[in-house]
Order: sequence, then C-alpha cells, then structure tokens
Amino acid sequence: MDIVVMSRVLFGSSMGFHIIYATIGVGLPIMIILAEIMYWIKKDKDYALMARRWTKGFAILLAVSIASGTIVAVLLSLLFPNFMEIVGQVISLPFQLEIFAFLIEAVFMSIYLYAADRLPQGLRVLSIFFVAMGATASAILITDVHAWMNTPAGFEMTESGAIINVNVMEAFFNPSFVVTAIHVTLSAYMTVAFLVASIAAIRLMKRHISNEERAYHKKALMISLYLGAAMSLGTAINGHETAQMLHEQNPRKLAAAEGLFETTTYAPLSVGGYTSLEDGRVKYAIEIPYALSFLAGDRFDTEVIGLNEFPEELWPPLYVHILFNVMVGIGTLLIALSFLALFWKVVLKKDFPGWMLGLLVVGGPLSVIAIEAGWCFSCIGRQPWTITDVLPTADAATKSSSVSILLFTFLTLYVVLLFVTGFVMRYYFKRNPVEKDLAAQ
Amino acid sequence: MEASTLAITILWSLLFIYAMLGSLDFGAGFWGMIYGKDDRTNAGQIANRFLSPTWEVTNVFFVIFVVALVSFFPFATTMLSSLLLVPVGLGLLLLTIRTTFMVFANHANRYQNILRITSGITGLIIPALLVSMLPITLGGFVEFVDDYPQLLYGKLLAHPTLYMHIAFGLTTELFISAVFLMDYSKEAEDWSAYHTYRKHALWLGPISIAIAMLTIGTMPEEASWIVDNIEANPVWFGLSVAFFILGYASLYIKSKHGRKGLARLAMTFIIIQYGIAIYAYGLAHLPYLIYPDLTIADSFTDPSIFYKLLVVYAAGFAILVPAFILFWRLFLKDQRYLKQQ
Repeated sequence: MDIVVMSRVLFGSSMGFHIIYATIGVGLPIMIILAEIMYWIKKDKDYALMARRWTKGFAILLAVSIASGTIVAVLLSLLFPNFMEIVGQVISLPFQLEIFAFLIEAVFMSIYLYAADRLPQGLRVLSIFFVAMGATASAILITDVHAWMNTPAGFEMTESGAIINVNVMEAFFNPSFVVTAIHVTLSAYMTVAFLVASIAAIRLMKRHISNEERAYHKKALMISLYLGAAMSLGTAINGHETAQMLHEQNPRKLAAAEGLFETTTYAPLSVGGYTSLEDGRVKYAIEIPYALSFLAGDRFDTEVIGLNEFPEELWPPLYVHILFNVMVGIGTLLIALSFLALFWKVVLKKDFPGWMLGLLVVGGPLSVIAIEAGWCFSCIGRQPWTITDVLPTADAATKSSSVSILLFTFLTLYVVLLFVTGFVMRYYFKRNPVEKDLAAQ
Repeated sequence: MEASTLAITILWSLLFIYAMLGSLDFGAGFWGMIYGKDDRTNAGQIANRFLSPTWEVTNVFFVIFVVALVSFFPFATTMLSSLLLVPVGLGLLLLTIRTTFMVFANHANRYQNILRITSGITGLIIPALLVSMLPITLGGFVEFVDDYPQLLYGKLLAHPTLYMHIAFGLTTELFISAVFLMDYSKEAEDWSAYHTYRKHALWLGPISIAIAMLTIGTMPEEASWIVDNIEANPVWFGLSVAFFILGYASLYIKSKHGRKGLARLAMTFIIIQYGIAIYAYGLAHLPYLIYPDLTIADSFTDPSIFYKLLVVYAAGFAILVPAFILFWRLFLKDQRYLKQQ
C-alpha cells in the first residue's frame, strides 16, 4: 500500500470506530432526558431506573468515545498535515468551539454521574440537559468542518497555494453546513433510539421474565419507538434537502451516488444494483422514472448533471452508489418499522408479536450500518479531493512511511476495544440485572 | 506584544495547565495502581476518587492544546507531524488503553486488578513519551531528506538526554501528584493516605529537582543554544529553585494540630515553582519551535484571525468558569464526596 492509501485507511477506520461511540454519545443523553422527564411527569420509578441504567451504559461507552475522539482529533494533524495547515487558517473556529462544547459535556457528565444524589431534581435534569447540549453541539461543530471539506467557502487560494481573503464566518456557514449538521444530529438520535429498542426487544422476547420487568422494557421500547419514528422521518425529510444541496453544490457527488453518466432531464432514480463503468449505467437496479429529477429540483424536468461532464480522474469511486443505497434503504426500512410498531401498539392497541420484536432487534445494528455507510459515502464520494476542488487527498496526506506501523497497531486496538467494550457492558449488566434493580426500588 | 509572542504565551500556558493536570491525572492513576489492594492505607481509594470525575476534563486540555497549536501555528503542522508521527501516535494508542481500562475497571469488579494495572502502567509511559518530544525540538535529531524532515530515531534512542528527560518527566509527575494527593487526603481528613503521600513527596522532591538540573547537562551539542539561553537567565531558574525549597520546607512545618506538613501551602509553592520554570524554559526556547528549522514567526497564522480566535477563547472560558466552580465544590470540597466509603 502506498502512504496515502495507508493514511486514508488508518484515518477512515479510526473514524469508523469512533463514529459508533460518538453517535451513541450524542443520542443517549437525549434518551436519558426523555426518561428523566417521564419520571418527573408520571412519578413512575421505572423511568428513574431507566435513566440510571442508561447513564451507566453511557459512562462506559463515553470513555471509548472520548479516547477515540482524541485519537481522531490528533491523527487528523498527524496524517493530513497539509490539510490541517489550510484548516488552521480558514476553519479552526468550529474546532475551538467544539472544545468548549465538549468541556461543558465533560464537566456536567461528571456532575450527573458522581454527584446526582447530592443534587436536587431540577439541577440534575439541568446537568443532563447540558450534557446533551454539549454532545449535540460537538457533533454539529465537527460536522461543520466536514461540510466545509465538501463545500469549501470563505477563502481564496493563490497560484502558489497561499491562502488569502479568509472570511471566517463565510467558512463557518458554508453552503452545506446547516443541512449536513441536521442530518448528522437527527440520524444520531435515530440510531440510539433503535439501539435501545433493540435491547428492549431482546429482553421482551425472553419467555421467563417477571411482569415488572416486562412492563419496564415496554416503557423503554415505547420511548425509543417514539423518538425513533420522529427522528427517522426527520432524517428522511432532511435527506431530501441534502440531495438538493448536492444537486446545487456538488453535482459530481450526486451523479456518483446515483450512477448517472449522461446529463439528463426527467432523470430516473436507480434503486439497488451497482454502477458499471463498461456499460455506463447502473446494472440490476430498479428504476423509478423521473424520481431523481424530482428529488434534485422538485420538478420532473430538472436537468441532473451526469459524470461524463467531468474528467474521469475526478470521479469518486463508483461503488459509492452502493453505500448511498444502503444508507437510504435502511433509513426507509426504519421509518416503516417504527411507524408500523407504533400503529400496532397505539392505534390497534395490540401487544407486539414475536416477529415484530425480531425485526426491532435487527433495527439497532441496521441503523449503525446506515450511519457507517453514510459517513463512508460522504467521505469516499468526495474523493479524489480532501477539500473539494481545492486540495487533492494525495497532496494532503503525510509523506512519512512510519504510517504502516501505526496502521497495524491501531487496527488491532480497535478490534480489541470493540470486544472489550462489549464484554464489559455484558459483564456489568449481567451483574446488575433489571430484576435486581426493580426489586430494590 | 507581537501577536505571535502572545500566541505562543497562550499556548505555553495551556501546556503548563496540561502539564499540571496531566501530572495529577497520570500520577493518581499510578498511585491508584500501587495502593489499589493495600489495606494499610486508603491512598488507592483517594487517588481513584480524585480520578473518576476529573480525567475527562484533563483529557480535554490535551485536545485544547493540540487544536490551539494547529490554529495558532498552522504552518508548523507539516513539520511537527512528520517528526512526531510515531511518538504522538503511540501516545494516543496508550492513552486510549489507559482511559478505557481505567473506566472499565470501575464496572468490571472481577477484572479490576488487571485493568487497573494496565491502566496504571500505560499511564506512566504516556508522560514519558510526551516529555521525550522536548529534546527533539532542541536540535540535533532532525535530518532533511529530499526537503522532508526525518527524525533520527537511532541517534535519539542512543542519546542519554532522552532518558534524562524521561526521568525528569516521571519524577516530576509523581512528585506533583504526591503533593496534590496529600492535600486532597487532608481535605478528606484521611490521615493514612495523607502520610503515605507525604512519605513519597519527601523523597521524590529532591530527586526531581536534581534530575532537572542534571538533564540540562546532558543536552546534545546542537542544543548548546538553549543551554546558553538558560544560563543567561539565572534569576528565573534561581527563583524556581527558591520556591521548591519553600514548598519542600512546608512539608516539614507542623500544623496547629501537631501534624507535619502544610499540604495546601506546599502545593501552592510547587505550582509556582513549576510555573516559573516552565515560562523561563519557554523564554529560553524562543524564537524556535524546532531548532533551527522552525520559528514561531514563520509558523504563525494571520494575526487578524488569531485575534478573532482569542475572543472565542475568552468567551468560552468565561462561560465555563461557573461550571468549573460547581465542579470544584462538588468533587474537591464537598465532604460527602470526599469521605464516602
């Protein structure tokens, strides 16, 4: 492997690892707030217990999230120094702000974790609110830099590569910032909702559990279904806006996502299949006539630009079509699943049948896959650029051959940590089962 | 003051804060490991009680330092990252093991020992790695191949100054954390822990200062410029030693309860000691980030952007002050937290 590829693999796998924990870190505080609020309204101790148990899980995962976040933050400078040289001049503001957002989260997390019993209820809810706010703000601010890489703004580059006329605010509010930030936030909330629903569904599928425990898990499942339904729908609506943003700001990426080669009006949407370079089209796909044009511009006659408008060496890898479809496909499934489950329970007032619980169990891991696919799509879809049309990835990366040593050790670390986190979570919650906590109430 | 001088002063202050917090953090992890299973003293419990709520905040200061470095001195990233790729990369790896295992230890009782030992030992290697970057900046360990800077690993690893720097870093870390935990034990009125930490502070103090002085003597020929600068500035370093003596003497003064040692006073003097030493060292290091290839003026960002970032820092810390005060009262003052069983 050459150094650039190794740097990309190392950074990509670090992000792929971090994003699992970071997503949970952003979403779980929202679930904890909802449980705290339910407890406040209903005075039902199950909700207080829920908040406490989720917080325990959160504390374990947060450690990995913080550690891997530190890795990502520093690796970015180590592996892509030329990129960070430009970032430092143009878009360091969100990084600075992120630190303060994170500091707020860290301080209030410690307060919520270790001082909850010494705080009045109002202050306790306020501190978890600050945790959630800090976490979400961090996600939004980091996403800002990511959005800026996709749609750079707020500076000019001279012939010699010097950065001039920097406008910090213009860079901060770059064209794709708002829509991407909403996308990341809503999908994080969604993912955590479906993960919690997964766990509750697994417990509910067990035959021999007490009625108290069954009731407890049903309450947890309902909170996550409501949040999951709302957030998956929100993500989809926002996804539509994202497509329109791509159409205007980065048509090359949209064309790659859809495997569209020729510029066309009345463009069809290809669902599934893979993009074949030889055939110049997406093979084995279901085509929905006019749908792509409509998605891109709200009109069937919208002209959608195809890949052939760009030189081939500037195309992203064509497999991003698959990544894009995995993300959208799972998102659509999850909307259907959560609304069906809610319809079943709230309108039909029936209990969840086994098959539905089974589907809900799968929903959590699927939502994580969707998140991973989405990030991969966004970053691989930007290739060959690190900063679109400004800095090619080959120029951004380090030239130090020592990357190979780090690549191997970090990959090992991530695999080990995935297992150890899973092990510790299982160990802790096996030692402290819900029945025991329910009995202690 | 020049904007770039102001920037390096702020960066240096962040380094000072992280050096202090990091010493407490990694040091407490080490003491927690050593005394984790010892029934004769509560030193282990005290260390872990301090560590649980604070490590996240400490970790943030590490990230603040890196982000401030990149945004104040963007033109330094290429050189710094190619030289420091391996030491910083390994540091990150160990930091991750240390952080996660430390938290895992609190949640998996049966495996607490092995988790805590791993975390304690990695916690000791990290500061060693961090401080090993200092000699790299002094000159003599960098070579340019095709205009691209390379770290001379063989020369660095064979040079005594590396090991003296590491010894200096570790003794300093353990000394500072011992004095602080002594004070923390006093706040918790836990006298077995207090005496344990005082005992360690007593032998670590003189050793740390002796090693600090010897380290200067081991610097390579290429680094003679900084030795000259240090020797040209005897007042500050002398003052630093004076505050060490004051702090060390406070460990022997009897308090009104007849117990030996004024922990808070000692802690204050020692912080001043290291504050003066770090700024004096920083002053001697100017104008270079890495001698002789990288100066602060060459790597500095656009001043107008720097001033904007400065406003962000001021506002950010202003918002955080109340949170820090609450934090302080809950975990470093509140007897209900300090004395829990």
